[in-house]
Amino acid sequence: MVLPALALVLVFSYFPMYGVLIAFQDYSVFKGMSASPWVGFKHFEDFFRSPELFVVMRNTLVISMLKLCVGFPAPIVLALALNEVKNMLFKRVVQTISYLPYFLSWVIVANFTISMLSTDNGSFNIFLQWLGLIDEPVSWLSQENYFWAIIVSANVWKDIGFSSIVYLAAIAGIDPALYESAAIDGASRFRMMYLITLPCIMPVVIIFLILAIGNLLNAGFEDLLLFGVNPALRDVSDVLDTFVYRMGINLGRFSFATAVGLFKAVVSVALLVGANRLARRTGNSLW
Amino acid sequence: MKLAFEDRVLVAVVYFFLILLAFVTFYPFWNSAVISFNEGTDTSMGGITFWPREFTLENYRVVAGDVRIIKGFGVSIARTVVGTFCTIAMTSLLAYGMSRRELIGRGYYMTFCVITMYFGGGLIPTYLLIRALGLMDSFWVFIIPSMVSVWSMIIFRTFFKEIPAGLEDAARIDGCGYWGTFLRVVLPLSGPVIATLSLFTAVAHWNDWFVASIYINNENLLPVQAILKRTLDSNIVSEIDTAAQSHVLRTQKSFTTKSLTMATMMVITIPIVLVYPFLQRYFVKGVLVGSLKE
Repeated sequence: MVLPALALVLVFSYFPMYGVLIAFQDYSVFKGMSASPWVGFKHFEDFFRSPELFVVMRNTLVISMLKLCVGFPAPIVLALALNEVKNMLFKRVVQTISYLPYFLSWVIVANFTISMLSTDNGSFNIFLQWLGLIDEPVSWLSQENYFWAIIVSANVWKDIGFSSIVYLAAIAGIDPALYESAAIDGASRFRMMYLITLPCIMPVVIIFLILAIGNLLNAGFEDLLLFGVNPALRDVSDVLDTFVYRMGINLGRFSFATAVGLFKAVVSVALLVGANRLARRTGNSLW
Repeated sequence: MKLAFEDRVLVAVVYFFLILLAFVTFYPFWNSAVISFNEGTDTSMGGITFWPREFTLENYRVVAGDVRIIKGFGVSIARTVVGTFCTIAMTSLLAYGMSRRELIGRGYYMTFCVITMYFGGGLIPTYLLIRALGLMDSFWVFIIPSMVSVWSMIIFRTFFKEIPAGLEDAARIDGCGYWGTFLRVVLPLSGPVIATLSLFTAVAHWNDWFVASIYINNENLLPVQAILKRTLDSNIVSEIDTAAQSHVLRTQKSFTTKSLTMATMMVITIPIVLVYPFLQRYFVKGVLVGSLKE
């Protein structure tokens, strides 16, 4: 009963792993893997010498760090805030709304973003003008300065609600007696949040933080591919994954792109293993 | 209960934050819906926020009459239905096998599967494989490569293990084989998991544009998200071009594109908006089970 499924895993997951070997070849589609010549680390050297290396690595690290710094705490704040709400109807409505964007495709989210930020009808510009902060609509999407802020905001918007589920579950598991005794001692709600809720969910927070470190080279793919369509923004939008996509799929430099992808995978695995070792010290680990 | 001053401030801040968040999350939907109901050239005058200025159903009429979009919807629906069915069937079968103690070497199979959650060949080798298999420009490229989901398998397996062994033994005594037990006892008991995982699988199929964009060249096989992606590209480019141009130079065409894009987006989004609140309860549980990997 398990054999057909295992066969599929073998073909679609393991065969590409074997296919990674073309990173060490001058792969030609016409010759195939068996006939293409082996060239050792040539493509890796090319990548390390390429002028794009600096820009791509900088963008990858900056974007994923920004996502980590803003996108990681945001759902924790949301969970803490939801926990303070005693009105169940209000709580459920807010939760339902906040989960919704998670189920939309990046194409839709990107379209929303463009619509909100556009110069001719964008609500964001209308709102800022109404507040008197700007006189003329600003073309947010055409300028490099705003790109990172936009990509990070779109990610937070999409994921904040859904990511908060785990933290809410952790909060639900806290022993109510802790709050009762704190209330008797006259603690304010804020102190309870700070001294009981937060420390109690810390183990979960740490686990997720460590996992996020393993993901440091994953700055995002679909979102950057969609938002970074315009070559004018490439200096700020090109990350490792989009670079691999462009080199491989668009330009057909299969071996070079595979080499870059493999480099990324190796560093990511090293980060993941390192992160897991850290996780073990906290008593929680992936494996 | 009377609250201390400090507590009242906290509650006020919390409510303000949550209302703001709900507004910021909901507003883009609302605004897009409003634009989709507004007359196209009027929309180009700008300033549409909470209510349509010139209400019309024309945009939807045009979308409903666009052959490309209709075809796109057909492809999206077909792949969502077939893809979800195949993935759930294949994955639950694998999970059932893996949940049986008597399966020889199941620890090894488990490792074999879980490794693929962390390591993969990456984009290019996968692309070359799909090409070599002749799946380019084929409807099956949507279905076959994603037929086994290890993440779903783990959730299924956890659920199957909870089913009392006595039930399966009873079925066995009544003459059911593994298939009979699976189809007649295990699956009927698994409603909530099947619903949740089907939702996630279906949403993934419905939302995907990337598979189509790299493996499909045939216009007739493009799902609706991939078609929408094309208008997105032209919108991004026009947004950046118009920044350089004066307001006068903008063409009428791009404005009506906007209304039509919004109408298309609404039609794509609404099935999800309608389905997921009913399944919320289940998927919250599912996510929690899924986050515990042994």
